[in-house]
Amino acid sequence: MNGFGIDPVAIDLSRLVQRQVASLYAHLVTRPTGRAVRMAIESQLANAGGTALSVIDFSEVHVLDFSCADEVVAKLLLHHQPEEATRAFFILRGVSDLHLEPIQAVLERHRLAAVAETAGGPFRLVGVRSEADVRVWRSLEERGALPPGDVPAHLPDEVDRATLESLARRGLVFRRPESGDYLALSSVMRSLMA
Amino acid sequence: MHVIRVPSSLDYSTVDSVFQQCARAAEGKALFDAGYLRFVDPQGLVGLLSAGALLKHRLGRAPHLRLPRQAKVLGYLARIRFFEQARRFFSMRTRRPREIAASSDVLLEITPVTTNSDVHAVVDRVQTRAGTILTRTLGYPLVTVVQFSVVLSEVCQNIIEHAEAPGWVAAQAYYWAKRRERWMLVIAVSDLGRGFRESLAPEHAGRFGKRWGDGRALEAAFLHGVTRFQDLGRGQGIQQIRRQVRRWDGIISIRSGTARIADVPEWDDTPALEEGLARFPGAQINIVLPAKHRGKERSDA
Repeated sequence: MNGFGIDPVAIDLSRLVQRQVASLYAHLVTRPTGRAVRMAIESQLANAGGTALSVIDFSEVHVLDFSCADEVVAKLLLHHQPEEATRAFFILRGVSDLHLEPIQAVLERHRLAAVAETAGGPFRLVGVRSEADVRVWRSLEERGALPPGDVPAHLPDEVDRATLESLARRGLVFRRPESGDYLALSSVMRSLMA
Repeated sequence: MHVIRVPSSLDYSTVDSVFQQCARAAEGKALFDAGYLRFVDPQGLVGLLSAGALLKHRLGRAPHLRLPRQAKVLGYLARIRFFEQARRFFSMRTRRPREIAASSDVLLEITPVTTNSDVHAVVDRVQTRAGTILTRTLGYPLVTVVQFSVVLSEVCQNIIEHAEAPGWVAAQAYYWAKRRERWMLVIAVSDLGRGFRESLAPEHAGRFGKRWGDGRALEAAFLHGVTRFQDLGRGQGIQQIRRQVRRWDGIISIRSGTARIADVPEWDDTPALEEGLARFPGAQINIVLPAKHRGKERSDA
């Protein structure tokens, strides 16, 4: 067990779609395809144990349609909300501008947000997010970690402190159970997958 | 004998006349007279197939299709694989059409869509062909190949998810000399399923009372993203297609039952909503995407 109490799960979508749909097609299109891929991801998460950080890799996915994005992204997040027993954190990796449009649309439809690593670019918060969400999330992203004792000094505004809590509840930052440290998901990913 | 006269120019604006004549054929034999057909677009072709399938089912025997006299039209029908589908619904005295060179403007031959894997096949096929037509013929950036594939995927899924009946899709680029002096890409989808009114009725008709009909059902789905599913994630497909077609300054229309609804750009005068059309089952989706530039020349990009 690593020091985070969280298991890393790396998911290569292009391999998964070929395996689950039993075809040569690598495009993430149609709702049944999305459902099959989501169920495969959920099966991997169930095997991972209690809490998992799942890195969903889009970098080899060429076409992603809205129906498939609804299953692979929105429904997956909905089924693994932080209060659920099978708790999971998600990073969407290798997200291009062309993936971003359907992902953004389905997240907005379900009032969800997610952490995405754009292809060759920085991590960003996508979906439904307030200005405070972006500000506080980015601030933690830059630091990597924030011990609870440093929170008042780093986030003097009460609204920002409440926002940090909200980000943790929504699974957009990780709060280490034993120390209460707030960690950026990108930072957790780098540590687990190094 | 019901004689259904196929207009000499059969496209999205004239295919209604075929549907109208079909509505009057209740029993007996039927003949589709396409002898004078000189021009046909994908909407005309999938509409003709749908009309043939409808009358075969209704009359209990295959209607006869009198084939176009012009060899070049016959050649085109062969090239776009019309006959492969048509022989399921029409009796025909087939003449072997003169072989013609593959047209680079056919983006997608008439393709039946009945299963999920058909949609994958359609997306896969256009990936290899769409680049040239979208960039050189229409002058769109290369990234639109992916956006176009998404549009095709969503319209094809509409057949499987909502019609619960087989359908067809086809796409081709044309030079519209008279109306727009530019290339246009026409995408046509047609099915013979339940149509929007019947699909949505169990969940939504009650709210509309006596006002419920094809027009209200199309407005609910097209304008408000309403579906028969309780799932919040459903109903996005048509909304996203509309948004993308608007960005390309194109037309999208859906005909279902006795009504047609459309998003119409400034350059066209199609009515936004038409009601009281001849009843025709299922849904017919038509998308027209104009080239960025005027003229017949294609860009070198």
